[in-house]
Amino acid sequence: MIHINSEACKGCGICISMCPSNVLTFSDEFNSTGFRYPVVKNSDSCTGCGNCMVYCPDFAIVVKNDEE
Amino acid sequence: MGNLACAEGALAAGCQFYAGYPITPASEIMQHMSGRIFQEGGTFLQTEDEIAAMASVIGASWGGAKAMTATCGPGISLMQENIGLAVMTETPCVIVNVQRGGPSTGSTGLSSQGDLFQVKYGSQGDYPVIAIAPSSPQEMYEHTIWAFNKSEKYRTPVFVLSDRLVGHMSESVDFYLPEDINIENRKIREKYDGPGQEMFLSPEGVAPMPVFGRGLKAHVTGSSHYPDGSRNVADAELMDYIIKTLKNKIERSLKDISLTEKEYMEDAEIAVVSWGSTFRSCLSAVKDCRSMGLPAGSFRPVTVWPFPENEIREISEKVKTIIVCENNMGQLYHMVRSAALDKAKVVFLPPEKLGTLIKPARIVEKVREAL
Amino acid sequence: MSDFDHPLKKYFRNGINYKTCPGCGNGIISASILRAIDSSGKDFDSFAFVSGIGCSGWIPSPFYNTDVLHVTHGRAIAAATGLKLALPEINVMVIAGDGDTGAIGGNHLIHGARRNINITVITVNNRIYGMTGGQAAPTTPRFSPTSSSPFGTIERPFDLCRIVEAAGGTFVARWTTFHTRQLSATIRKALDHKGFSFIEVLSQCPVHYGKIEGMRGNAPAMMEQLRDNTYVWKPDTVKNDKIPVGIFVHEMGIPEMTSEIERLRIKAGYHE
Repeated sequence: MIHINSEACKGCGICISMCPSNVLTFSDEFNSTGFRYPVVKNSDSCTGCGNCMVYCPDFAIVVKNDEE
Repeated sequence: MGNLACAEGALAAGCQFYAGYPITPASEIMQHMSGRIFQEGGTFLQTEDEIAAMASVIGASWGGAKAMTATCGPGISLMQENIGLAVMTETPCVIVNVQRGGPSTGSTGLSSQGDLFQVKYGSQGDYPVIAIAPSSPQEMYEHTIWAFNKSEKYRTPVFVLSDRLVGHMSESVDFYLPEDINIENRKIREKYDGPGQEMFLSPEGVAPMPVFGRGLKAHVTGSSHYPDGSRNVADAELMDYIIKTLKNKIERSLKDISLTEKEYMEDAEIAVVSWGSTFRSCLSAVKDCRSMGLPAGSFRPVTVWPFPENEIREISEKVKTIIVCENNMGQLYHMVRSAALDKAKVVFLPPEKLGTLIKPARIVEKVREAL
Repeated sequence: MSDFDHPLKKYFRNGINYKTCPGCGNGIISASILRAIDSSGKDFDSFAFVSGIGCSGWIPSPFYNTDVLHVTHGRAIAAATGLKLALPEINVMVIAGDGDTGAIGGNHLIHGARRNINITVITVNNRIYGMTGGQAAPTTPRFSPTSSSPFGTIERPFDLCRIVEAAGGTFVARWTTFHTRQLSATIRKALDHKGFSFIEVLSQCPVHYGKIEGMRGNAPAMMEQLRDNTYVWKPDTVKNDKIPVGIFVHEMGIPEMTSEIERLRIKAGYHE
């Protein structure tokens, strides 16, 4: 449901703070530009609200709700 | 009067957008346009200041309209930043400068030729412009048509460098029938060719203009940019290419752009060089000289920018003295002096009182002095 | 990493790679604009963007895959006016910052509103001059230490919406990057509004303005602050200390400039 383009991410953390369901957290690794990017830690809590996608300043997250 | 002839010339050339701010002695152009341009289906906009006038001219030109503004020295000063933008973005437009006494608010009631350098060097950086200097109402009409044609052909701002004497002069003017006027229009890009398409800075010619509203996805910026419009403000090779290409676009077309007039120059020993409003006194003086047996000749750069360096150099090899006659503290004078390269003596002759019409007798006396 | 495409990618010339600082509100605003256009169903080729100098000028330039005119500082509204008058059928949108619109471009802002020219102006208000290193802007709150006011600003800041309303703006709204969905909906309304539409968007500059707030680099905290310091205005709301957001003016039926020009042509006797 949540597709994250880790290379496009600049580690701002807005997606993590805007998620109402505590789905995301920062990765342990860095991407190639040196930023920690979001990873899904609680996929079951995701409601598909799309906040992470709508608030990402780098268009790095896509939320698709037409999957299982 | 000259100003009205200028406005009619613009309309004859197909001007569809006029934006301007009132200023003496150019306001008549604006006022005439404010009625006439609507009759021709165009748009008139009186802006809040001259800066907005030039900005909206650029916007309208990118919207596909032949666009112009008219002002005086103080207005040109305000427009300078956007004049640079028009050059950098290769935006066709015509700017009329009806010069008056300066500096600053100066003498609105007097004429001068103090803006020769301002129209070429007033904006930041190195860039070429085209400027034509009419000396009569008839030329206000003809030269404005010419200005539109060249601005469209070369995608560059073109100045009509007039002054109060010519702008407010009243003489009869012959208008041409539409079928007798040669109109040139900008080449517009035919179709969108992908992100890398050439929109600017053609190395050999003039890039077809990606006018807005046609799906051509133009990207126009005053920042340093590649021919496809994408920006790079840190590449020296690019900046070098841009400045030289903009310059070459005008310089390689000198034959087409540079207009000069010579009278009695074949055997002249003294050349009288003048432009714009001083030309008429100078030609009259040269004729008087000839009737007195004095070997004077008249050379007039009709287009003052680009400056006809080569022709001045040729003249300097044939004559003893060049008298540069203009209504300022010496502007064309310096251009002539450096082009003459010490081959001939170059002398500067302003009117007895700056701002007034120079009397032919004063010029004749100077010719005598030089002989 | 998966092989997916962002639904808004089709609006970008060469892929999406805004070079903004991490957490900058520009990207959120850009997405709001594009979602509004996407949902309107209007062809992107029917849009032209005119942008100013400053970080927000880089929202459409060079990224949006349509006609973009990036002009000198403060002059976007003036250039947009000329463009709209020459091409009345296209949708003209101005994107510029608070300095571009409210300082150097202030005169063009009020005259654009007065003329009721049918363009949409989006002012990204981060209350600072970001691109040039964090100098004070006419929208910076009083007593702020900035790179051009080490002892604190002494001037009172503008309320840009009130200025535009006073100048005769017929569509005036304010949102923040926190209110991205409402912003998109308002942009939709503005696109349909036949007149001068002005939308101020309070946005975060985590590098320069964040420093003033003690939140340097902390975009989430700055957005929470935008949420906490604003309230959604309704006509009967009692004024309070927070900043009102919402649509303040939506006046229809005021003569719009391009229509007036057409009327003048007919009056002058022009026949096509």
